[in-house]
Amino acid sequence: MSSIPGALLTPKQVADRRAQALHTSMFARMLVRAAVLRRRRAASALLAMIVAAAVATAMMNLYVDVQAKLRTEFRNYGANVVIVAKEGQSLPTDALAKVESVVGAKTLAVPFSYAVARIKDGQSDGQSVVVVGTDFARARQLNHWWKVSHWPSAPNEALIGMRAATVVSPKAGPNRQPFELTFQGKSIELAPAGMLQTGAGEDSRIYLDQSEFQNWTGVAPSTIEVAANGTSAEVEASIRQLAQILPAADVRPVRQIMEGEANVLNKTRATLYASATLVVLTSALCVLATLIGWVFDRRRDFAIMKALGASERLINGFFAAEAAALGVVGAILGFFIGIGVAAWIGRVNFHAPVVPRFSVFPYVLAGSVAVALISAVLPIGLLRRVQPAIILRGE
Amino acid sequence: MFPRIVYESFRRQARRKLLAGIAITLGVAVATAMIAVATDIGDKINRELRSYGANLVVTPQEDTLDVEVGGINLKPPSDGAFLNESDLPKIRGTFWHHNIVGFSPMLPVTVKLGSGSGARDVTLLGTYFNKALSFGKDDFTTGVRITDPWWKVSCGDGKESPKCGWPADDSQDVLLGERLAAKVNQKAGDTIEIAGHRLTIAGIISTGGAEDDQIVAPLALAQQILGKPGAVRRVYVSAMTKPPDALSVRDPKTMTPEVYDRWYCSPYVESIAYQLQEVIPHSHAEQIRQVAQNEGTVLSRIKGLMLLITFAALFASALAVSAAMATAIYERRVEVGLMKALGAGNLAVSAIFFAEALLLALVGGIAGFSAGALLARQIGRSIFNSQISIEPVLFPIIIAIAVFVTFAGSAAAIRRAVKFDPVFALRGEG
Repeated sequence: MSSIPGALLTPKQVADRRAQALHTSMFARMLVRAAVLRRRRAASALLAMIVAAAVATAMMNLYVDVQAKLRTEFRNYGANVVIVAKEGQSLPTDALAKVESVVGAKTLAVPFSYAVARIKDGQSDGQSVVVVGTDFARARQLNHWWKVSHWPSAPNEALIGMRAATVVSPKAGPNRQPFELTFQGKSIELAPAGMLQTGAGEDSRIYLDQSEFQNWTGVAPSTIEVAANGTSAEVEASIRQLAQILPAADVRPVRQIMEGEANVLNKTRATLYASATLVVLTSALCVLATLIGWVFDRRRDFAIMKALGASERLINGFFAAEAAALGVVGAILGFFIGIGVAAWIGRVNFHAPVVPRFSVFPYVLAGSVAVALISAVLPIGLLRRVQPAIILRGE
Repeated sequence: MFPRIVYESFRRQARRKLLAGIAITLGVAVATAMIAVATDIGDKINRELRSYGANLVVTPQEDTLDVEVGGINLKPPSDGAFLNESDLPKIRGTFWHHNIVGFSPMLPVTVKLGSGSGARDVTLLGTYFNKALSFGKDDFTTGVRITDPWWKVSCGDGKESPKCGWPADDSQDVLLGERLAAKVNQKAGDTIEIAGHRLTIAGIISTGGAEDDQIVAPLALAQQILGKPGAVRRVYVSAMTKPPDALSVRDPKTMTPEVYDRWYCSPYVESIAYQLQEVIPHSHAEQIRQVAQNEGTVLSRIKGLMLLITFAALFASALAVSAAMATAIYERRVEVGLMKALGAGNLAVSAIFFAEALLLALVGGIAGFSAGALLARQIGRSIFNSQISIEPVLFPIIIAIAVFVTFAGSAAAIRRAVKFDPVFALRGEG
């Protein structure tokens, strides 16, 4: 029966079978058989490789992506660029459109216009109060920290700063009474929609919808606050572009926000870098320890090959090829696991997935193969000095 | 006999033991450094977040509205209430004074700059630059140089020279905002006349904010010009706070005494504001939400990230230690075979290996802990310019982890080595 291998076959049959079999070279066969026969040791070496590659991938992915993630968090601090009209003037009417054409529609740009009005209370002239016209929908997105009890939605509704409220509409509670403001002889009656609390200058102001504000005072926006995205270099480039298209205005960075962000981000990046390096080094160490053990363990294979007359080059090549194959397989599997880990960390910590960066793959691959080769070549160097006979005798 | 076997094993296989020991040392060092960095990162980043400036503001309780547009103060100068400058050092007497990085009083005064038809209304802002104060036995300095680190002083026209810089807090020198300086065409070293005082411009200040259109002066000078000694309009306080949680936003008036104590003794921005109000009479302290509300998110993100990375580091070092131990034990099957052939039981053989592992873990753990502490310190010094201190309580924890990981890493290898048939081992058929 031809299906039973071994002694039942005539030498000719064996030769025939060999001729029909896939023409795998001896070298490739040795590689495959070595992995299959010592599954357990090979698997543990591969596992170490995969874990190391996964950890390295996750760290590199995080290192690149976390900075972008943190930048988005920092945008919650509000505008980092302000565009202010020259003294006593307003911005051109198309300024907002121009700004958006430069920074893109995804970037928030919020117009503000200011006027000092008087509170009308009976006969007296009344106290001065700063009234601001703005786009509530945009301001709400830009200034996350504004604590607002209720955003205005109906016409002639205003958002009143905590401290302004005690003056214009002192009766507390949900049904605050309406009040009247005058500006250059023109008066307007406003209903308080909600209270605004920020702890800063906004608390002393009254906010109105821009179009209502402009109908009343005739004052056009004089300030646009922009939350420009990107690295500090990108933000500076946006500032230059904005200054170019709005020559009549003063475009300046909010240094408090820009420098605070740069400072915290730099420190975080440096810490992340140090930690990532440590973690990657440790996993490389793990691979090194496992692989050296694996190769040492196979010193008998080495000795037999040598005793059968294999050349040094062949043996080195064999172990190197084995290590390289291990490195490649480990790197590929580890890369995908690592991307998964990074995505998980992104979801847990930033509530947004970390975008897989395939650009780190070459580094992971090169690193894995390099570590694998080092850990294969080191023990071979030691074994080469020993006579095969001694190894085979089991000493 | 048992100690002798262990002792001889270390003596005769010094090189192999050294390799395993190095692996444990490195693994423990990385774990220690990462734990130290992760536990301290919150504090460090909190300090860095102070570069965003003050997160609390103290104002008089009965204050009139601020009327300020584009950095120009339109409020009548004597209008409204003031705080008392002599109350300010008491800020250092609050419960959380260690968390208060600095504070800066502010006194805006509207003054006329120039004369005749060219005169313009500008705001002169009186503040501390780096004022030496003392509270009880506690000497400290505070001012805008600490609370507002992005304020930069130059000579104007882009030149730097030792002649210009921050004025002294007791001088009659002022800083001119950079846009104002450009408008009135003045530079450092010039003198300006304000309300009958001849003031030297010590430098040009750039803040990117409203101060660029103002004159920044020592507080005492502003009080002199206003004619109200000791008056302060508001105080900005920069404090390291704990991110807000469910407890922080509760109203202290509705709390039970225990909850109140817990709230009072936590460095929430709300409780620090409450304590500031307690020490400064007739004051109202409030968080600056732009700064205070955002730092919590940033802080918790960075802390969370470091925590997860620390887990990755612990995992990687545990694996490295296990791998090294497994290799070291696997190589000694012949020895196991010999011991078993001489009549040793599985238990006795395992005990020898575990005793060796314990010794290695202890030595490697201590060495690794010291190396890790050094590493953490180096990271702290090079990144944050301050020490990352290792809590002594970490030491037993680290040693316990080292022993546990070494045992766990050795267990599988020991089990296999013990199960191995001594005949095969002795014949050398591994």
